[in-house]
Amino acid sequence: MARSVTQQRKVINTAAAWAVGLLIFFPILWTILTSFKTEAQAIADPPIFLAFDWTLENYGVVLERSNYMRFLWNSVIIAGGSTILGIIIAIPAAWSMAFVPSKRTKDILLWMLSTKMLPAVGVLYPIYLIFIRMGLLDTKIALVVVLMLINLPIIVWMLYTYFKEIPGEILEAARMDGASLREEVMYVLTPMAIPGIASTMLLNVILAWNEAFWTLNLTAAKAAPLTAFIASYSSPEGLFYAKLSAASTMAIAPILILGWFSQKQLVSGLTFGAVK
Amino acid sequence: MATQQSRSAARIMLAPAVILLLGWMLVPLMMTLYFSFKKFLPLRGGDLGWVGFDNYVRFVTSSAFWPSVLTTLTIVGGVLLITVVLGVLLAVLLNQPMWGQGIVRILVIAPFFVMPTVSALVWKNMFMDPVNGLFAHLWKAFGAQPIEWLTEASMISIVIIVAWQWLPFATLILLTAIQSLDGEQLEASEMDGAPPLARFGYIVLPHLGRAITVVILIQTIFLLSVFAEIFVTTQGAFGTKTLTYLIYQRVLESQNVGLGSAGGVYAIILANIVAIFLMRMVGKNLDA
Repeated sequence: MARSVTQQRKVINTAAAWAVGLLIFFPILWTILTSFKTEAQAIADPPIFLAFDWTLENYGVVLERSNYMRFLWNSVIIAGGSTILGIIIAIPAAWSMAFVPSKRTKDILLWMLSTKMLPAVGVLYPIYLIFIRMGLLDTKIALVVVLMLINLPIIVWMLYTYFKEIPGEILEAARMDGASLREEVMYVLTPMAIPGIASTMLLNVILAWNEAFWTLNLTAAKAAPLTAFIASYSSPEGLFYAKLSAASTMAIAPILILGWFSQKQLVSGLTFGAVK
Repeated sequence: MATQQSRSAARIMLAPAVILLLGWMLVPLMMTLYFSFKKFLPLRGGDLGWVGFDNYVRFVTSSAFWPSVLTTLTIVGGVLLITVVLGVLLAVLLNQPMWGQGIVRILVIAPFFVMPTVSALVWKNMFMDPVNGLFAHLWKAFGAQPIEWLTEASMISIVIIVAWQWLPFATLILLTAIQSLDGEQLEASEMDGAPPLARFGYIVLPHLGRAITVVILIQTIFLLSVFAEIFVTTQGAFGTKTLTYLIYQRVLESQNVGLGSAGGVYAIILANIVAIFLMRMVGKNLDA
């Protein structure tokens, strides 16, 4: 039997939750609103909430002036590339640990998790040096590789958790029918694992898109993604709130939308299955 | 049952991931250790020979070291306190029956998906700017003198920015944990006449214990290496130089790689202490 909730209590809950939700969301909302104002209206006192002259001018200026598209393209390549590369390496690893577990599986999983704990700044110079020597500093390849490596433990863990939930009997049946290992993975396992793989990729794209230590320190002009593009606004000249807002909105919009779809995966992915 | 053949195949499939991560862990770590025992100034003479534990001693005895540790701990502690307390309250609130629960959840989770450079710059300029920021307008509206947030109250400002980014994470995990709470237990206690505060203290909070621990451990690992938020706001000035930022400055700005590497080793040790606790928790979960 469900507890009966008085209508009055539900009204109070709703009001409180919406108030808090809007308060937390407000900085994002304010950024989006400001991006449609003129620079003068953006700093008006008292602030103007909705009754301003809506304009798309800032977006035009940002697109035109700062080579925004190149930064965006770098972000797409770096986040997408590191995710795809990571998935290709992680699928076989997670498969083998989920379906052919050995005594050491648990240790390997925990050890992979431990590599994630290595503070980036502790190994900044070596990585920097390696990429200089290889001529890869400020290239997209360097960032694809680094972001793939820092997120590989999360990818393996998430896939492992999903693969674990696939009943082993089905795979055994396929094996009985004479499917080779390759066929088993290709035709039986993969179709069943696609939802898990998709949400793993989603979360990983978000993490890679927002990563802001390696992307700031390993890039200069050529390979810089949106994190670095926005950081270049930190020393402002003249009126710039509306343009900053337009640039920010463009940088976060795609990931905000992807993120809202991946709330559930976020929890199990980022806690390595410790909270489900 | 796994056959011999599938077992060796499994090992081959596992190999690329293990080898890559092993390389990623060991190669830079060895190099950092190597540099930490050298006087190494890439722009001023390069490798100037072995110096033993000199760098370790110098890093700890430099006047910037203890303040940076204190700054780091203040940020970690402040953000943890805010996100855990507010996170528990928010999770309880969001778990109540209401209209539009899905939309409120989306609003609350949103800050987590904003890239750190964007959130730091938006807060710095549009909210905390002493002339044109929204807070300044608000203060003036009440006849108060606007605060110069990032210079006068720099630590509070950084903590606010970082806590805003991590509150969604804490809330989401705690909400997930609360939803697994047995409704019948709560119902029974309600029927027995337990007041709401007692129900929260004796049933909800103990149930959340594990999730709170996970939130604290994971956030600590990320918070120890907060970087972009300081990089685009104060650049380490006004008492906001964390251990991470201090090492970054030693290595890339003053190009003293030996000294910075010794600092890096300290940072690695610090992170590992936290990591051990987290690994235990996750490990226990694997057995279950």
